[in-house]
Order: sequence, then structure tokens, then C-alpha cells
Amino acid sequence: MAKSPDQEHPCKAFGWAARDKSGLLSPLCFSRRENGDEDVTIKILFCGVCHSDLHVAKNEWGFTNYPVVPGHEMVGTVMKVGSDVKKFKVGERVGVGVIVGSCKKCESCQQDLENYCPQTIFTYNSHYTDGTKTYGGYSDMIVVDERYVLRFPDNLPSEGGAPLLCAGITVYSPMKYYGMTEPGKHLGVAGLGGLGHVAVKMGKAFGLKVTVISSSPKKETEAIERLGADSFLVTSDPAKMKAALGTMDYIIDTVSAVHPLLPLLSLLKLNGKLVTVGLPDKPLELPIFPLVLGRKLVGGSDIGGMKETQEMLDFCAKHGITADVEVIRMDYINTAMERLAKSDVRYRFVIDVASSLSQ
Amino acid sequence: MAMSSENEHPVKAFGWAARDSSGHLSPFKFSRRATQEKDVTFKVLYCGICHSDLHNVKNEWGITSYPVIPGHEIVGVVTEVGAKVTKFKVGDKVGVGCMVGSCRSCANCKDNLENYCPKMILTYGTKYYDGTITHGGYSDIMVLDEHFGIKIPDNLPLDGSAPILCAGITVYSPLKYYGLDKAGMHLGVVGLGGLGHMAVKFAKAMGLKVTVISTSPNKKKEAMEHLGANEFLVSRNTEEMQFAMDTMDGIIDTVSAVHSLLPLIGLLKNNGKLVMVGAPEKPLELPIMPLLLGRKIVGGSNIGGIKETQEMIDFAAKHNIVADIEVIPMDYVNTAMERLSKADVKYRFVIDIANSLKPI
Repeated sequence: MAKSPDQEHPCKAFGWAARDKSGLLSPLCFSRRENGDEDVTIKILFCGVCHSDLHVAKNEWGFTNYPVVPGHEMVGTVMKVGSDVKKFKVGERVGVGVIVGSCKKCESCQQDLENYCPQTIFTYNSHYTDGTKTYGGYSDMIVVDERYVLRFPDNLPSEGGAPLLCAGITVYSPMKYYGMTEPGKHLGVAGLGGLGHVAVKMGKAFGLKVTVISSSPKKETEAIERLGADSFLVTSDPAKMKAALGTMDYIIDTVSAVHPLLPLLSLLKLNGKLVTVGLPDKPLELPIFPLVLGRKLVGGSDIGGMKETQEMLDFCAKHGITADVEVIRMDYINTAMERLAKSDVRYRFVIDVASSLSQ
Repeated sequence: MAMSSENEHPVKAFGWAARDSSGHLSPFKFSRRATQEKDVTFKVLYCGICHSDLHNVKNEWGITSYPVIPGHEIVGVVTEVGAKVTKFKVGDKVGVGCMVGSCRSCANCKDNLENYCPKMILTYGTKYYDGTITHGGYSDIMVLDEHFGIKIPDNLPLDGSAPILCAGITVYSPLKYYGLDKAGMHLGVVGLGGLGHMAVKFAKAMGLKVTVISTSPNKKKEAMEHLGANEFLVSRNTEEMQFAMDTMDGIIDTVSAVHSLLPLIGLLKNNGKLVMVGAPEKPLELPIMPLLLGRKIVGGSNIGGIKETQEMIDFAAKHNIVADIEVIPMDYVNTAMERLSKADVKYRFVIDIANSLKPI
């Protein structure tokens, strides 16, 4: 007979979980594995609330295995290290992002692309190598194989740094892979939420001209004055869209709702690249003529490998890039999820787990 | 009052044109400009029939201005050169593809990417610098700015090299641009027609493993035995397609009809590239998850610049690559168009202009 979550493993743990597709979160007693030779036990201090957490809590992707403890943008301190652990010491500040395991043997793993391994183990709602379910960062502690733990740079604050572990790497990786790092080139960022606002900051740090492309005119002042975007384009303004035709070298599309690609493709120059990192739940319409006539491409990207995630954190520390966050208590989480569903946050909620998660 | 086609230029010319959206072609008297200082005038020997010609004569893209003389896979022999011409002399062979003009001053033109110049002038159906409409290769003579002339290597047969000027460059350019030209890579080719068969030949010459993906099982023998493809997948055979998932570095998709991209994206390895060179006129469905989970791309490509077209035909000559053709007389052209619309040709019709285009 399957063991209950609090009996499966020897170490008691506590978190908040969703139990059904209402997505409402509430306290859950569960357990974590014994710290193995290559593992690090981490006391969780903060955890970002990613939009994926909401999708999974509500089973919007159809593969949620309840109860689910979400959270894959966590920062904490090392409490224990296994005998073979080389990278970390007790007391160090570390991060855990979207993955906690992979096969370690395939071509992707060998190229530090654990995120493209066919056997990637996600931080929550996956099955670990021992067959048990993984639980995420809306909890007091976690045990993780050191390969999947990130060193948190000293000058990176925990609250503002936590969301980088998913939002940050999700935009940093394609910016590197698709070559969006040549100073002076023009980047469009479609959507100004958790992913989008970090893309703006990184784009500026790479020396790019950055235009935010949004359906809401009311985000303009914020985008330009606070985030440092060079310009702001409202998709429903035909005159402005026309003036911007063929002006962008690349576009990062962070929008998860179904949306038309043609207007975005038209903004690209010859050889322009539209990279989608959002996850619409239905296919999008792709007009082929603009791709052919302008030798343009649409590409995808999915988080990043561990080496690159570390590189991203170090890059953000060097350039003073953090997410803009609203720190909340654990018991605010359901309200936060409702507000997130309406994009009512600038731009990530971060749960102060250590101060507010109590049994 | 606008001049008639016959009178707008000083040199008499003769060809076959479509006059309305039935697409039916018939004899047509028109005229060509006098040879300007950078022009070459040539007698047309052969002209390939590209599927675009069919789309155009029937106004399937909604942009046709009648009468239209199609043909942009043209091979001929130079009969006159302008005073400042340096690239050709009388008696030389010359090829012309899809373009006869561009602005020559924009960044794209300066980068040898005339095909992406916003003012690119197509070989037929487009306004030339002098305001007159260009007429294509289903005709007896042409006058061409030498910059847009392609030298035909001596060892290539003229009839089989004509289709290379459009079909060839259309697949060669993306193989290079998207890096799908390295020996040992695995390329999929969707659709085995004019473009597809050229893609197989070029990719094999570059040392790639090639899998043809087609809706017709009866093309398998031809693809493997004659064209040298390594494998053949019937796209409707879900088991075969499933087995081939995650095996290809790139795919060149030559299909112009609306079709599903999901199974093709599934055939790609991580970081794989699906390149569209056919242009369905309706949008296709793009599933996003598979693109993300494998960091894959869908890109497009449109013919190639003049420098690259020359490079491409020199590569073809080096590897003895020509198109597989069916040579036809001019008056067979309407039947050929009907057969082309049913993909009933292996794999390009080429009109023997010199021997069969007779003025009325």
C-alpha cells in the first residue's frame, strides 16, 4: 500500500499544498528523504511564486498529481552536506530552481543541458529516482543532489534573487543561445510580467536597445522609468505598430495566452528571431509567408541547464539585476494566486517562508 | 495612354502568356527594351516550369496583373552586350532565375542578398525601373542587367540546369544559412517535387544522411534508388513517423499545401531546425510546447542572392547535379500545367524554347 506523504521518508517536512483543481493551497505535513552522499539539505528562506505554480496547482496542464507542493524559485541556507558533496558547506546561501534531477548520462546532460534531458526530474510534481513524488519550495526544507543546487552570489539579495531561478534563466538562456547579446541591437520583449520584466533588465545589461511590446498602455511609464526600457509599443495602436515594422533584431515572447504571431513577426528585421518562452495551452497560428520572405524564425527555449543557471546568477549579481518582488506571508498565498491570475503583481510574489511558514 | 505590350519597347519579342485567371497560356506578341550599357540580350534556349508559374497564371496569390508571361528558370545564349558589360560576351551561356533587378544600394543588396531587397524586381509580373512590367522566360529573347545573370558551368547540360536557377537555390540557400550542410548530419526533406528532389541531391553531395518524408508511398523506390535518399517515411504512417522521432538535425519542408507541423517538429532532435521553403497561403498551426521542450526552431527562406546562386550552380557542376526533367515543346505547356497541379512530373517540366517557340 502506498505510504502517505508524511510517512514516505524519514525527515519530517511541512509545507502548503494544493489538493485538487480548485488550486487552493493549505498546510500539508509530508517528509523528505535522508540526506544522501551527494545531497545537500536546505532550510528554505524564500520562494518565488511562478505562474507555472498556478497552472500546476489548478491542473491546467492536465498532469498534476495531488497533493502538490509547488515552488521552484527557492533560496535557503545549507544545513547538512553529504560525504561526497564538494561544492557547498553548511551555512552557505544557495538556490534551487526548476529541476532536481536528470539522468546525468545522455548527450544533453553531458553538455550541461540537464533541462533537455528526456528524464528531467522537476522540483515538484515529478517522480524522483526512488519513485517518490517531488515536493517544491512552498515548504520548510528540501534535500537536493548538489548538482542541481546553485551558489547564491553574496551581493544578490534573497528576495529579489529567488525568481531568477526560473524567470531569470528562462529568458537568459535563449538570449545567449539565439545570440541576443550584441550591443546596439534591438530587442523586443512581448509581455511585461515575471519573465518580461527580467528580460528588459537583462537586455539593457547586454547593451541592447529594448522595446516592450504590450497590450496594456498603462504599463508604459513603469516600463520606461523603472525598468529602463527604451520604448514601449502598444499592440492595439496601428500607427505605432506600423512605424515599428522591420525594426527589431529579436523578440522574446513571454506571453502565455494564445495570441497572434503575425504582428510580432512583422516587427522583426530580415533574419529576425522570435523566441517564445511562454506556454500557451493551444497551438498558435503561424503565417509562413513572413518567415519565408524575411528569412525569419520562431524558436522555443525551456529554462536552462545548471551551469548556465549559475552563470546567469553571477551575471545578475555583477549587473545588479534582481526581480521586482512583492514579499508575502505564506498564508497570503491563495490571494496571491488569484491576483497572479489577473496579472496583478509587479512582477513576482515571493513567499517569506522562513518567517511565515508555521505548523 | 499606356502603350500596348507590343509597342512599349523597340525590340519585337514573342512568347506565351496567360491573359486571365483560367491560367490558360497562348501566343503573345510583346517587346523588349533595347540593350542598355549594362545589359545583355540573349536568345532563350530553355525555361523550366516552376510551381510559382502555375500559382501566378491562375492568380492564386491575388497579385497577378494580366497578361503575364511566366518563367524564371531560364537558360540562353548571349547575342548582344552593352558597352559596359564585363561579365558576359556574345556566345556565352547565361542563366536567369527569379530576379532581374533590385535597388543595389540598401544593406541587403550590399550584402549580396538582393532577394531580400524591399525593391527586388522579379523576372516576371513586376514593375521594372522604367515602369514597364517584366516578362519571363516563356519567350524567345530577354534583355537582362548583367548583374543578375548567372554563368552556366560548361559541364552542365543546359536543359537540366534551368530548374536549378529557382528550385536549386531555394533549397541550397537555407541548407547553408541554417547550418544544415555538414557531413554526417541527418536531413529530412518533406515533399518530393521540384524543390524536394533538388534538396535530396544537394544534401547527399554535402555528405548528409537524407530521409524523404512524403504522403505517397509510391515515390519510395525512386527516392532511394534514383535520388540516393537513405530512408523514406510515409507521413501518414504514424508508426514509421513515431519510430523516426528525435532523429533529424534539420528538415527542409517544400510543401505548399496546408499541412501539420507537429509530426515534423517531433522528428527533429533537440536544437533541430524546420525550414519552410514552400509557402502555404494560410497560416499553419504551431504547437509551442514541442518547440520549447526541444529548443527547436521553425524558419523560412526565400531563393537566394545572385552571388550565392552562382556559388550554388558551381557546386552543382562540381558534383554533377542537375534537375530531373521532362523536356516539352511550347505548345504542351497547358497540359504540363495541368499535370503539374497534380504533381504528375518527375520532377520539373522544361520548355525547349529554341526548338518549339514559333512566332505566329
